[in-house]
Amino acid sequence: MTIDAAPAPSLLDHFELGLDAPICLTWELTYACNLSCTHCLSSSGRRDPRELSTAECKAVIDTLERMQVFYVNIGGGEPTVRSDFWELVDYATAHHVGVKFSTNGIKLTPDVAQRIAGNSYVDVQISLDGATAEVNDAIRGDGSYATAIRAMDNLAAAGVTGFKISVVMTRHNVTQLDAFKAIADRYDAQLRLTRLRPSGRGAAVWNDLHMYAEQQRELYDWLLAHGEGVLTGDSFFHLGAYGEALPGLNLCGAGRVVCLIDPVGDVYACPFAIHEQFFAGSVRDDGGFERVWQESQLFLELRSPQTGGACHSCSAYDVCRGGCMAAKFFTGLDLDGPDPECVKGHGEPGLALVAPGATPVPTPDHSRRGRQAPVPISIGRRPDRACDASPLS
Amino acid sequence: MSTKPQEFDVDRAWQLHPGVAVRPERFGALLYHFGTRRLSFLKTPMLLDVVQGLADAPSARDACRNAGVDDSQAAMYHRALAGLAATDMICEQAVA
Repeated sequence: MTIDAAPAPSLLDHFELGLDAPICLTWELTYACNLSCTHCLSSSGRRDPRELSTAECKAVIDTLERMQVFYVNIGGGEPTVRSDFWELVDYATAHHVGVKFSTNGIKLTPDVAQRIAGNSYVDVQISLDGATAEVNDAIRGDGSYATAIRAMDNLAAAGVTGFKISVVMTRHNVTQLDAFKAIADRYDAQLRLTRLRPSGRGAAVWNDLHMYAEQQRELYDWLLAHGEGVLTGDSFFHLGAYGEALPGLNLCGAGRVVCLIDPVGDVYACPFAIHEQFFAGSVRDDGGFERVWQESQLFLELRSPQTGGACHSCSAYDVCRGGCMAAKFFTGLDLDGPDPECVKGHGEPGLALVAPGATPVPTPDHSRRGRQAPVPISIGRRPDRACDASPLS
Repeated sequence: MSTKPQEFDVDRAWQLHPGVAVRPERFGALLYHFGTRRLSFLKTPMLLDVVQGLADAPSARDACRNAGVDDSQAAMYHRALAGLAATDMICEQAVA
């Protein structure tokens, strides 16, 4: 993957100090979603009335084209429920911004599958958190497994191969790795495994869902055995501390080479850090996204040289780089200390000292009312009727 | 969109794959292939010059020379180009 031609400073050094434009970014188009997954990193459910308009979205795409951002990872919420979804996808790809979008498959009809087959700048990720309906639906909701499989059948019928099946790893589905691979192989698709973060609604279920230590080891061995054939979104670089680094950049790219634009245009350091502490600015501010990326105080701080803090003396620091910022933050750990899932067990003493209820509360929350939203609904303001509309209408 | 990766012959004429975008960076450049969806890095500005000069050179060997690659570095740059050919980032002009 890399071209060896010169000595230091290494590519990693360049990336840690940040680039003038992100390599790619995550763009959540809406907080509306037909599902209420228990681990939703963006606490999605209801549309936010302040979401970016079609014209505002196109202006963001113009900026991304000018900055030469190669592609955007579009998500949500369920992005395909926006009525202008395909208009925006077509606009992006016509302006040389590739699109990878994540979907639960609800709108992936045979017609949509044909449309995807006709545009090679569009890549699809189907979310699936269990290789069986039982395991998947416990997290993503009743019927969601069948929806995802139907979407994949439609893609296959349209001749689309190489799409991604995106799995958030939990203690319940890590036992199904080979079964996930078999599903991917059946569709000539590619498996993408990512790390469960205690972000959004995931904060409330993290203790019950995150992998046990021995499961992390099993996953690491399985990923090493499968090499670059299985994607990880670079999300398991903390497992490199077991020995050999996994394929990928192996660094936290937050604010350095990636970031998040949320549905209302707020820019955060990464998709797993939707909290005011990681808020960098808004695409609606003067100067737009480009200025936020290049000048926000938060991003400049994230690009400054890191000391490694409490992890500095650890023999594994060069590989794991202290792990995931968002995982540390939302479990109440110090940002310059070990990851809560540190494979050497260094996260556990810190976790034991975090008082119950003392962890940061993810903000904002767009969970639908009446569902098993773990965060109490605030009172004092009448709910906006527009938010209660069905996201599918 | 992607073609089958080719054996790299440094004496043939090569070019950037039409589905590849190039973004110059301080260290060299980022390459992104919209067909294979692979990201790649050119780790020196000189390698970027080589790649950008491929289309106008009768051979990859000439493109290296034109970009100022001296004989002591030639083998290294040829290897780098072979790596780009193996991942379909560059392709032979005749089959483009």
